[in-house]
Amino acid sequence: MNRREFIKLSGLLGTGAVAPSIFLSGCSSKPLPGDGLVKKTPTICDMCFWKCAGFVYSENSKPWKVVGNPEDLHSSGRFCTRGTGGIGAYLDRDRLKTPLIRQTDKEGRQSFREASWEEAIKLIAQRMQAIAEKHGPDRLALLHHGTGARHFEHLIRAYGSDSHAEPAFAQCRGPRDVAYKLTFGDILGSPERTDMANSDCIVLIGSHIGENLHNGQVQELSQALDKGASLITVDPRFSVAASKSKYWLPIRPGTDIALLLAWMHVLINEELYDQEFIEAYSTGFDELAEHVQAYPPEWAYLQTGLKPDLIRETAREMASYAPATLVHPGRHTTWYGDDTQRGRAMAILAALLGSWGRKGGFYIQEKVKLPKYPLPHYPEPASESHVVAHKGRFPIAKKTVSQALIEASAGPDAYYKGWIVYGTNLPSSIPGIRPKLKEAAETLELIVVVDTMPAEITGYADVILPECTYLERYDILRNSGARVPSVALRMPAFEPRYDSKPGWWISREIGLALGLEKYYPWKDYSEVLDWQLKAANSSLKEMEKLGVKDFPRKKPLYFTAENPPHFWTPSGKIELYCQQLADAGFDPMPRYTAPMEPPENFYRLNYGRMPAHTFGKTTNNPLLFQLAPENTLWVNPIVAKKWKLQSGSYIRLQNQDGITSNPVRVRVTERTGLDAVFMAHGFGQRSNKMRLTHGAGADDSELMSRLLIDPIMGATGMRGNFVTFVKEQGVG
Amino acid sequence: MTVQYAMVIDTRLCIGCGDCVVACKTENKVPAGLNRDWIVEATSGKYPELHTEFRSERCNHCSHATCVAMCPTGASHNWRNTNIVLVDANKCTGCKACIAACPYDARLIMHPDGYVDKCTFCHHRVEHGLDPACVSTCPTRCMHFGILNDPGSKVSQLLKSRRYKTLMPGTGNQPNVYYLI
Repeated sequence: MNRREFIKLSGLLGTGAVAPSIFLSGCSSKPLPGDGLVKKTPTICDMCFWKCAGFVYSENSKPWKVVGNPEDLHSSGRFCTRGTGGIGAYLDRDRLKTPLIRQTDKEGRQSFREASWEEAIKLIAQRMQAIAEKHGPDRLALLHHGTGARHFEHLIRAYGSDSHAEPAFAQCRGPRDVAYKLTFGDILGSPERTDMANSDCIVLIGSHIGENLHNGQVQELSQALDKGASLITVDPRFSVAASKSKYWLPIRPGTDIALLLAWMHVLINEELYDQEFIEAYSTGFDELAEHVQAYPPEWAYLQTGLKPDLIRETAREMASYAPATLVHPGRHTTWYGDDTQRGRAMAILAALLGSWGRKGGFYIQEKVKLPKYPLPHYPEPASESHVVAHKGRFPIAKKTVSQALIEASAGPDAYYKGWIVYGTNLPSSIPGIRPKLKEAAETLELIVVVDTMPAEITGYADVILPECTYLERYDILRNSGARVPSVALRMPAFEPRYDSKPGWWISREIGLALGLEKYYPWKDYSEVLDWQLKAANSSLKEMEKLGVKDFPRKKPLYFTAENPPHFWTPSGKIELYCQQLADAGFDPMPRYTAPMEPPENFYRLNYGRMPAHTFGKTTNNPLLFQLAPENTLWVNPIVAKKWKLQSGSYIRLQNQDGITSNPVRVRVTERTGLDAVFMAHGFGQRSNKMRLTHGAGADDSELMSRLLIDPIMGATGMRGNFVTFVKEQGVG
Repeated sequence: MTVQYAMVIDTRLCIGCGDCVVACKTENKVPAGLNRDWIVEATSGKYPELHTEFRSERCNHCSHATCVAMCPTGASHNWRNTNIVLVDANKCTGCKACIAACPYDARLIMHPDGYVDKCTFCHHRVEHGLDPACVSTCPTRCMHFGILNDPGSKVSQLLKSRRYKTLMPGTGNQPNVYYLI
């Protein structure tokens, strides 16, 4: 019997409050926005991971708007579409409202029932204690996303586990982060250390800034374009960035490494690379120069479909502006299974242009020295999750691969016995994971889901805990590496709605119930913030006014003669040739592998972002829903004609393994080529409790049944899937 | 008309993100389902020879506003001797003459409180020296707002130095939203 069958939270969650309405009395003129009593509270946005600082406004005690803080470097006082729609997260009538506990009735039917916090916390603590006694506390893992996860990382570490994973690694940034670390010995950071505002030439290869609204990136790209910077965009799709470009290279999908190698070939053979920089700071140049001889533009033409002259011209273009040429590292980079090598090729190109640590390339980040609140040491965990989950695979992955951790949780002999899932809708963020999730759910002794919304993942839980939104809570201070060190504060603008609670409170209550009070010597998280801020020469009181505070830099922004670079690689230099990869049995320099070709009548499934949404995290937001209620399937007019598809009609997609999608609305457009279709990720939400977005649009991730795993670090390459069209009955 | 306000939008920087739309909705508490501004994406050419233009559109606050002329009750009016066109909710009967008169389809049917709603250029912000909400939030800084009959203003300078267009200039309405191309 299925111990934990999937429950769709049926009929439990009531309707939310009615939106405020304005009543006109007599003939008095309608009040203007802001005429009433206005209150302003600082926040850090949580609509995506960019963490822009801003202010939340209320008028006459009603939520009004969220705008950027002009002093904030992440946003420069301008929030993006999603951040501006942040009030919608608070107003969403479908929010989780009260703790829910799984119950089984006499007939064996499972459902959720409302519970008090006291009961829910007690149940969680009992099960956690049982896991600790029976198996050891390291057998409980945290799957997470977002800033609030820190409170739960603290909880599990105090409890005795250091097992955690986030889809942000193996489903997103991992290959890129690993590649740049291998090459430069340093991190790119988030926000990335890209000095775009000062770039004279920007190369986007598979990065669609403008459709991803990473706020600072969008702003700096726009500034650079306004100043006349040259933009080179490599994308099979005519992306928004492509439409702003001096050069658009409509590359054949999956052939980026061929282009990157050919660019290196041109830079090296025409001696256009930064010889001084390479000589002083890198190792392995001779090996690289020899390696790329096999990859002239004429060879790359056959792979990429890009004319040799265009490859040469763009290589010369980027060299002419170097080192103020930024080859953007991108962010979501889990595509074809050779993604770490693709990231390496981009990093090597950046090195050849001499742009690492240079103005207009990559600057040096600096954080504020912010001491940690004094707490006792955590107990030594009995295991490390990347060792347990990877089982000897993915030797260069320093973080735990999420799908491997889930595999290590499935089945009666599984290592992991319990999960806390915080802020991540796993079935949508990890492609093809549903069967494993189901298997894991049958044997895990505890699944706790902490979230603000009743996303699909809540259906697997034993206990669902409703967190309040970022607009209703204190959280950890923002202290990201940037051009100017700064801290920013998130504080409650409103009282938590319904019976929701802040993450820090939930963590503390579970901790206290487990007898871990020495790790929670404070009553309210604001005490921790005040202690930290005072240690950094500010205070909570000051920050509640300012929202964000800058601190002076201690080191230079770029490499200089007085500030020579340091690279934390084994050789202490930029590693064009990577011995670490060679030692682990991988190519020390990037090599090209041709992508699989779609079978007849199939098209590559290309996916990406749309500016209105951060995937399924925001699709039910009542403000943003109005902007983009569903995704569309981009189809080239020639393909549309062949299949008799019309803009606005609905179609289903079927992939190479016979998996069929939800109906999705067709958008016939020249902006995609003949061999691929495109849709935005984050739609086709299966939870019927997210009433606006339930079933709206198609879910690209369910069509990704063929994953191309990167053997270096375990990323799930998602671009190896092909789809064909299945017409809706009665259509066409 | 003593003051001519204009909006100048650089289509070479606009990415069509819709931030202006959401900022307007929250700032002005525009009811669900209605929008005072919107995004147009226009693509021309054949793959891979393509051009795409994004435009943020709204009421043009025309110097010769046919909506004001056609309003039988005086609800549609100019704000304080400027070109900013407002609707007085108390005078509007919802007859829709202005909707027929507007070449830009910029008027909303129908505010739940029973009047025709529209963009105000955020005159409640303008009177405090602030930009309209859409302009102030735009992450690309492609939108500019100012006084066109001040030759030193940013909007005047931009129109002097850049190529631009307006929408449907042939109507004779003299629209005041300009698009840099």
